[in-house]
Amino acid sequence: MTFVLVAVGGALGACLRFHTDRWVQARHDTGFPWGTVTVNAIGSLILGFLAGVALFGVPIPVLQAFIGVGFCGALTTFSTFSYETVRLLLDGARLFAVLNVVVTTLAGIGSGVLGVVLAAAIWG
Amino acid sequence: MGSAFPAELQPQSKPRTRAAWDVYAVVSVGGTLGSLLRYGASLAWPGPLSTLLVNVIGCVAIGVLMHVITELVVAHRLVRPFLGVGVLGGFTTFSTYVVDALHLVLDHQPALALAYLVGTVLSCLLAVLVGVLAARSVARLFGRGDR
Repeated sequence: MTFVLVAVGGALGACLRFHTDRWVQARHDTGFPWGTVTVNAIGSLILGFLAGVALFGVPIPVLQAFIGVGFCGALTTFSTFSYETVRLLLDGARLFAVLNVVVTTLAGIGSGVLGVVLAAAIWG
Repeated sequence: MGSAFPAELQPQSKPRTRAAWDVYAVVSVGGTLGSLLRYGASLAWPGPLSTLLVNVIGCVAIGVLMHVITELVVAHRLVRPFLGVGVLGGFTTFSTYVVDALHLVLDHQPALALAYLVGTVLSCLLAVLVGVLAARSVARLFGRGDR
């Protein structure tokens, strides 16, 4: 059963990442990968919230598997983030490469903390 | 096509910015496969080490894949959506990485959390480079230079 939840969540997350990335990248002219930053921040916010629910509220295994492992796991990506950073480096856009690492990690960690804090505010 | 409108009044074909349904289909199937592989790895080796391993392996693989399809061969248009966006995107994860680190902080191991955060980023960037260079070396070994 858990495998099915992870599978369906993973399909949805990957599709939403693909769609969001195209949507965001079509709306700015720079070579900066804002699309990947966006999905990684949103996924970290949701997973942070779920972790907070498990810590302060009642853990819901079905949601942990479906939304946590499947959806958030697939919505966010480390391979695309790393590849885009290396691509920027190899293309000589060093500032963008460094900015991508800084913005992605800060946005991701900030979103994750915000998710935990939101859950704590509701159930803590 | 059975429409009441003459051909010249038919709506223009959709702009190329919209991906075809088959791209979404292969992204979904790839995302499912990648997610299940990641879940399997987390069952075999629970904890942040599993996330780190998954992310590093996925980054070597994306380095190989991108070098092969951008420099070595003319790939079918669904290869990158399936393997790159779907399988590897679904396999690697940023959200679990963040929440792993938050759990370490809540477990009063802030130094380990910081090491995990920085270590994962550095390992994954290096892993992409290793993938690209490995693909390039193997291609040269078989007499296949860059396209």
